[in-house]
Amino acid sequence: MNRHLLSAADLSLEDATLILDTANEMAQVSDRTVKKLPTLRGRTVVNLFFEDSTRTKTSFELAAKRLSADVINFAAKGSSVSKGETLKDTALTLEAMGSDAVVIRHSWSGAPVNLARIVRGSVVNAGDGTHEHPTQALLDAFTMRQKLGRVEGLKVTIVGDILHSRVARSNVLLLKTLGAEVTLVAPPTLLPTGVDTWPADVSYDLDAVLPKSDVVMMLRVQRERMGAAYFPSAREYSRRYGLDVDRVQTLQDHTIVMHPGPMVRGMEIASEVADGLRSTIVDQVTNGVSVRMAVLYLLLGGSESAIGSAEA
Amino acid sequence: MSWVIKNVTLYGEGEPVDVVLDEGTITAIGSGLSGDDELDASGCVLLPGLVDLHTHLREPGREDAETVDTGTQAAAVGGFTAVHAMANTTPVADTAGVVEQVWRLGQEYARCDVFPVGAVTVGLEGKDMAELGTMADSAARVRVFSDDGKCVSDASLMRRALEYVKAFDGVIAQHAQEPRLTDGAQMNEGINSSLLGLTGWPAVAEEAIIARDCLLAGHVGGRLHVCHVSTAGSVELIRWAKGKGWDVTAEVTPHHLLLTDDCAHSYDPTFKVNPPLRTQVDIDALREGLADGTIDAVATDHAPHALEDKETEWGAAAMGMTGLETAVAVVAQTMVEPGRLTWRQVAERMSEAPARIGRLEGHGRPLAVGEPANLTVVDPAAPWVVDPATMASRSRNTPFAGHHLPARVKATFLRGALTAREGKPV
Repeated sequence: MNRHLLSAADLSLEDATLILDTANEMAQVSDRTVKKLPTLRGRTVVNLFFEDSTRTKTSFELAAKRLSADVINFAAKGSSVSKGETLKDTALTLEAMGSDAVVIRHSWSGAPVNLARIVRGSVVNAGDGTHEHPTQALLDAFTMRQKLGRVEGLKVTIVGDILHSRVARSNVLLLKTLGAEVTLVAPPTLLPTGVDTWPADVSYDLDAVLPKSDVVMMLRVQRERMGAAYFPSAREYSRRYGLDVDRVQTLQDHTIVMHPGPMVRGMEIASEVADGLRSTIVDQVTNGVSVRMAVLYLLLGGSESAIGSAEA
Repeated sequence: MSWVIKNVTLYGEGEPVDVVLDEGTITAIGSGLSGDDELDASGCVLLPGLVDLHTHLREPGREDAETVDTGTQAAAVGGFTAVHAMANTTPVADTAGVVEQVWRLGQEYARCDVFPVGAVTVGLEGKDMAELGTMADSAARVRVFSDDGKCVSDASLMRRALEYVKAFDGVIAQHAQEPRLTDGAQMNEGINSSLLGLTGWPAVAEEAIIARDCLLAGHVGGRLHVCHVSTAGSVELIRWAKGKGWDVTAEVTPHHLLLTDDCAHSYDPTFKVNPPLRTQVDIDALREGLADGTIDAVATDHAPHALEDKETEWGAAAMGMTGLETAVAVVAQTMVEPGRLTWRQVAERMSEAPARIGRLEGHGRPLAVGEPANLTVVDPAAPWVVDPATMASRSRNTPFAGHHLPARVKATFLRGALTAREGKPV
C-alpha cells in the first residue's frame, strides 16, 4: 500500500482486495454491541473538509472513532489566497498539531495531491473537485461483492453526469483493476473529452444497456447543468436517462441499483426505485464506514507509533 | 569606454572575428582588434540583441512579482535588448500616462529597452476602444496594442481596432481565446484534463478566434499579430492566412515548444499557463511552423507571479510562467540542436522579426559596422541546469527548474554597454 490514498489508480489488485477483505472484518465489528476497536488509539485523524459533505464526513468520523483514533473535524470553506489562509498554511498547522492522517474533501481537483506534498502523515482523498473519490469506489465495490458475490466479470453500468463526476472516475479505475466490465451511459454533452481512451464502453442509449447489466449505478445530475446547456430540461433528461419503474422492469432478476447520494428523486431515479428491493443505497452508506475503517487501519496501522502507548 | 568581443562567429557562420563596440555602435569587425575591455567569446555566436514581443513586467501594480528593474535584469540575462511590456498592469496601460511611465522606467534602468504595449480597450474590458492614437503619439511611441490576458472577443470591436491602427502603422496583438468556450478553463482539453478532472481549454477556442481575426484582417487590410500560438490547428490557419497575402504574423513561446499537458499530472501550478500546455502533436506542428516561417517569432510570455499565487491548489493558482532567462536556451534545445533552425534563423525569429513587427528602430539590425551595438553573445555549447533560486527575475515560477539546457547567454550589450554576463545582470 502507498502511504496515501489519492486516486483509485494508486491501488493494485492486491491492495484493493486487501482493503475489501479488511472491510469485511470491520463490518463484523459494526454488528457488535460495542462497535469499537483499540487499533488506532492515540493516533490523530483530521477531517479537513473544504466543502460541505455531511455523509462523507460523518462516515470518516465514525470510521476513525470505531478504531479509537482521536478525530478532529476541521471545516474550512474556500481556500483561495483571496479568502485568507491557504491550503499550505492549513496543512502546516495540522502538521504542527501532530496529525497522523488527514482526510481531505476539497472543491478543487488535485488538492489532496498538493496536500500530500506538504504533510508527513497519510492523506486520504475524500473527494476532490471533479477528479476522484476513491473510498466511494471502494465502498461501491464492497457492496457489489456483498450483494453479487464478486466484482470480476460483472457488467457495471454507470449512468449520468460522467463529465463532472469524481465517483465515476474512481469507479472506472477501480473496477478495471478488479476486472469488471464498465459501460458509461450519458448524453454526449456529459461525457468527457477522450472518454474513448478510458477502460470502459460508452453508450447514449440507456434502454439498450440496462438488460445486460448486473449493476446499475445512477449518478446525481445537478440541475444547474441545465443553465450551461448540457441538456434542455430536467424532464427530457429524466425521460432519456432516468431510472424509472418501467425501465427497472427490463433488468435481470439479480441486478442491483446503486446511487452514491445525494439523490435527486424524480430526476435520475424514481422514488419507487430508490426505495425498491434492488436498491443498495442504504447498504452503501453502512458499507462506507467499514471500508473507511479498513483504509485508515491499513494506512496507519502499518506504520509504527512514534510515542508508543503514552497515556496520561 | 569601448569593448572588443574576441573570436566570435557572426550568426554562428564563417570564421571567428573580433567585433569592436564604441559610443553605442559597432565600429569595427575584423581580426586582431582591441578595445578598452575585452570579452573572450571563443566558440560563441554573435546575434543581434534579442527582442521580446511579449513580456509581463507587472509594474505598476504587482511589484511583489516583478518590476521594470528586476524584469529588465532578467531580460538582459536572457540576451534581450528590447522587451514589449504587456498592458495588463494595475492601472492598465490604456493611457499615454501609464505607457510613458513604463517606458521612462526602462530608459532609467538602461538595461533593456522597454516598449510598452497599449491596451486595445479601456481597462481591458473589451467594450470601449482605448485612446490608441494618443499612446502611439506619446513618448513611448506605442505600435503594438493588446488586451493580452483577455481576448478582444467582440468581432465588431476587433474589426474597428484593426482598421483604426492603420493610421499609425500599429498592430493588434490578439490573445486568441473564445471566452464562452473557456469558462473556468484550467488546462488543455483532452485526455489529461478528463483524467485529472480539470476543466478543459479546447484548441478550438483559440482556433475559432484566429480564423475570425485573419478574415477580419484580410477584410480591412489591417495588421494582425497572433500571440502565443499553441495548437496545430492554429499553425494551419496562420499558414492559410499568409497564403492569402494578408498581413498576419504570429509568435510561439518557448514553453509551448517544449512542454506538454502531461506536466499537469503533478497538479503543480507552475505548469498552469494560458494558453495551456498542449500535446506532442501540437509541439511538432509549432516547431515545424517556426522552422518554415509560418510562425514569425519566438516570444516569452514571461509571466512572473508571487509565490503565494502559485503555491496553492491548481484551480486557485495564477496562470503564467517566467521565460526571459531560459528562452534562447530552450530554442537551442528544441530548434537548433535538432537542425530545424540555424543560428542565423534564430536571429531572425528572436530579433529581426519581432523588431519588425513592433516597428522598432535600432533593434533587430544587421551585424555590421555603423549599426547600433545591441548584441547578444550566445555560447551554444554551455550546458546548464535551471535553478529558480539563481534567477534575476523577482519570481521563481519557471517551468524548467531542474531541466538541462544546452546553450547559455554569455553576454548582452545595449548600445555598447554590457548589461549582463554569464547569467548575472551588470
